[in-house]
Amino acid sequence: MNLPDAEQLILSLADQVRPLLDEGAALVGIHSGGAWLAQRIQKLYGKNVDLGTLDISFYRDDFSRIGLHPQIKPSDIPFDVEERPIVLVDDVLFTGRTVRAAMNELFDYGRPGKVTLAALVDRGGRELPIEAQIVGAHIPLQPQQNLHLLRDEHGTLSLKLHEAA
Amino acid sequence: MNNPQLTKNGELKHLLSIEGLPKAILNQILDTAESFVGVAEREVKKVPLLRGKTVCNIFFENSTRTRTTFEIAAKRLSADVINLNVNTSSQSKGETILDTVDNLIAMHADMFVIRHAQSGAAHFIARHVAPHIRVINAGDGRHAHPTQGLLDVFTIRRYKPDMHNLRIAIVGDVLHSRVARSEIHALTTLGVPEVRVIAPKTLLPHDVERLGVQVYHDMNAGLKDVDVVMMLRLQNERMNGALLPSAQEYFKCYGLTQEKLALAKPDAIVMHPGPMNRGVEIDSAVADGAQSVILPQVTYGIAVRMAVMSILAGNTEE
Repeated sequence: MNLPDAEQLILSLADQVRPLLDEGAALVGIHSGGAWLAQRIQKLYGKNVDLGTLDISFYRDDFSRIGLHPQIKPSDIPFDVEERPIVLVDDVLFTGRTVRAAMNELFDYGRPGKVTLAALVDRGGRELPIEAQIVGAHIPLQPQQNLHLLRDEHGTLSLKLHEAA
Repeated sequence: MNNPQLTKNGELKHLLSIEGLPKAILNQILDTAESFVGVAEREVKKVPLLRGKTVCNIFFENSTRTRTTFEIAAKRLSADVINLNVNTSSQSKGETILDTVDNLIAMHADMFVIRHAQSGAAHFIARHVAPHIRVINAGDGRHAHPTQGLLDVFTIRRYKPDMHNLRIAIVGDVLHSRVARSEIHALTTLGVPEVRVIAPKTLLPHDVERLGVQVYHDMNAGLKDVDVVMMLRLQNERMNGALLPSAQEYFKCYGLTQEKLALAKPDAIVMHPGPMNRGVEIDSAVADGAQSVILPQVTYGIAVRMAVMSILAGNTEE
């Protein structure tokens, strides 16, 4: 299967996010892929924009089954969330459970204004009523397929498909 | 090699003692605690990890600070918390420890935090309970106080991140201190190259060198060029027999003053597990001074206890 070039998709994603940032929205990336993307969007935007990251480990709905992730990064929202429009950035939108957890966590920082979801790839397979308003590419996949965003030592991002046995 | 603290997969099940825990688990606790520090600064100081769980703090021995920080930690994880001070409740009517625990399990408790004057009490309870129950030792006799040891190490790591390059002095009543034992195990496991203990002979266990520490009886020599000074409380209530001439005499020899602290490195930090005896083991000018991190220790204690509770609750494999 031919996967699109992640670097190209980022340019398209950044273009679509730009008007929201012009209107004063802040960027919040979901750890880890979404955080990389939010950083890149911030850079491409070129102007100052508030940037935060969320590690949603404490808000996952499968904690009682799989426990705590062994490597958690602190969440960091260095701006006032109250009434602030937010662009929530994720790498691959699948079941929607990660986004649900991220929204729960975000609301513990305050009551944001409009929250827009931007995903690099929408792979389908939703289990919750959650949709992204901004999407880099739609790539429908089978449930046993996993799509990951990777970052190499130069900071270049790429997509990798993994087939579960 | 059956470590009652670990599951078959080698994951942390109970926290009874730092002794025997691999470095990877200590680091997992400390790294996870980093993420909990920020939770206290949010508008909603709570995460939903232990929602629906019941945590019982059973204190067979008084300790307001430890009990309070465990209670706050559990509540910030969204658990329900029951506090029992057993010396004032049924044990005075003759109920055994295990009866007390069994009654709470019948009420569907999920996790026990145990403080007891008897060494080994938390181990005893951990061996007794059903596989899904978790036990945390909050201090047993002279044996261990693992979360205090962990929060001390966490505090050190926050101020002095390069653990492999540190000289640390633990000062005072090592003999009666479960805190000192837990600290020493944690520091040596994490690779701190030089841990010193400074105390009169009467307040040191006779085999203290076996813990991998250097022994000093003189503050002036022992504090020289250290990065961290960890003061211990003079455990008056544990003192039976005349181990010391007087509190004043002790302060003269082993109390931490600004002058003695000047022998340590200029950026050295001063720690104390509390409660402090001002003017006995530590001078107020030092306790409230710029190098003191005694109150941050309390704050970090909550994050470390949240990390321990959530890791235990998440390791459900038997």
